[in-house]
Amino acid sequence: MSNILREHIIKLFEANTRLDGRELDEYRKISLDVDVINTAEGSARVLLGETDVIVGVKVEVMEPYPDTPDQGSIMVGAELLPLSNPDFELGPPGQEAIELARIVDRGIRESKCLDFKKLCIKEGEKVWMIIIDIVTINDAGNLPDASALAAIAALKNMKFPEYKDDKIDYKKKTSKGLDLKDIPLSVTVIKIGDKFIVDPDSDEEKAIDARLTVASLSDGTLCAMQKGGDYPLTAEDVSKMVDIGVEKGKELRKLVK
Amino acid sequence: MSKINVKDKDIVVPGEVLAVGMDSFPGIGTYRGGENIISAMLGLVQLDGRTIKLIPLSGRYIPKKYDTIICKVTDVNMSGWRLDINSPYSAMLSMKEATSQFIVRGADLTKFYDIGDYVVCKIINVTSQKLIDVTMKGMGLRKLKGGRIINVASNKVPRLVGKQGSMVSMIKDATKCDIMVGQNGLIWINGGPEGELLAVNSIRKIEQESHLSGLTDRIKEFLDKNKPKFTNDNNEKTIKK
Repeated sequence: MSNILREHIIKLFEANTRLDGRELDEYRKISLDVDVINTAEGSARVLLGETDVIVGVKVEVMEPYPDTPDQGSIMVGAELLPLSNPDFELGPPGQEAIELARIVDRGIRESKCLDFKKLCIKEGEKVWMIIIDIVTINDAGNLPDASALAAIAALKNMKFPEYKDDKIDYKKKTSKGLDLKDIPLSVTVIKIGDKFIVDPDSDEEKAIDARLTVASLSDGTLCAMQKGGDYPLTAEDVSKMVDIGVEKGKELRKLVK
Repeated sequence: MSKINVKDKDIVVPGEVLAVGMDSFPGIGTYRGGENIISAMLGLVQLDGRTIKLIPLSGRYIPKKYDTIICKVTDVNMSGWRLDINSPYSAMLSMKEATSQFIVRGADLTKFYDIGDYVVCKIINVTSQKLIDVTMKGMGLRKLKGGRIINVASNKVPRLVGKQGSMVSMIKDATKCDIMVGQNGLIWINGGPEGELLAVNSIRKIEQESHLSGLTDRIKEFLDKNKPKFTNDNNEKTIKK
């Protein structure tokens, strides 16, 4: 991180503006497409400025975990393609990819909007496993929010394949989708200097002091949080950031239909 | 009998056979493979007598002697500074070329330039092995303070600068920003928030439309159209240097 860029970003924040002229709490232009992949049970693509993320949802029938014999589950994986950012390398998922997948996973799982018991086919033997794959096409900052938005949109629009005589026919889709009680959404609030912003671009992401990803429901219920960055946050900071996160989550929720 | 497969100003891709036969010569951006002259890059063909040259449309910056460039300090060592010049090669700024001030043996060189600082410097030598020496002695060569750095493709720099710097001075006038363009594609901009934003946007526009004619007029129009927004209470919002 170069010193002059960071100084410049902070100076601009004092004037209530940013490198690209946005307000501090303003998102870049968001576009959301669903059903972009035919072979997936559900899919969505989110463009957040120049950030581009595709999420695909596949389902499988599996044996349930021994501690929850009557529950299905979700599995989230993230792949940071080397083409999407010069810093990303091929190979097993690194820290960033694992964190991204966990942020999305926890946002959905802890919101309890998805009843895992309804994913049970036969107790102790067969349950549906929902596999959510995040692929970054281009990283121009703020992957967590884009991924979480795409993931929930893909889940909302997914349709189960036909399941007959213990076999899944992926070619035939049924009209049955997932029963989501609410739309949990994640908003990452960034602290740089003493200002809070949302939706950082790649330059701002390099200047982050601390970040907090806040997942919330439509009534403002907090589902999950993830803190990152090198600097600590005070209790006051956290409550301010949660407020911003919940507020912005409401804005994003309008996009998911 | 030799045959030239391309016309002047054709766009060619790497691997394309530009001419067959020994009557033509390979120029910049091309090479000879047996009888053929083959393109090595994405570029515009320029037929210069019997020589076939390419004007590169892509690729990284290749250092040239006497270029003024903007670079970032990546390392400080015993006798000078290592610089990232936005190229496959790095440059060396020696103590002798950095300042005319006397530096005692073992002095802390980070007091002059530290890692992460941006400097404007001039290339004084490029060896055949691409070892690059730069100097800080000269007009306008200095450490950059404040402002922001943006990156454009180095082969678009000539269009951005314009004839005798006409394009860049037009942007400077319209946006009231200090702008410094490095031949290596790094550009330093410092001014008020709105001015800076307009400067960045117009530079991006130039980058996108650099291959089309009538660029200057379009940029002038673009600047005029977006100017009023920024002239309003400009002074109030201008960041003090």
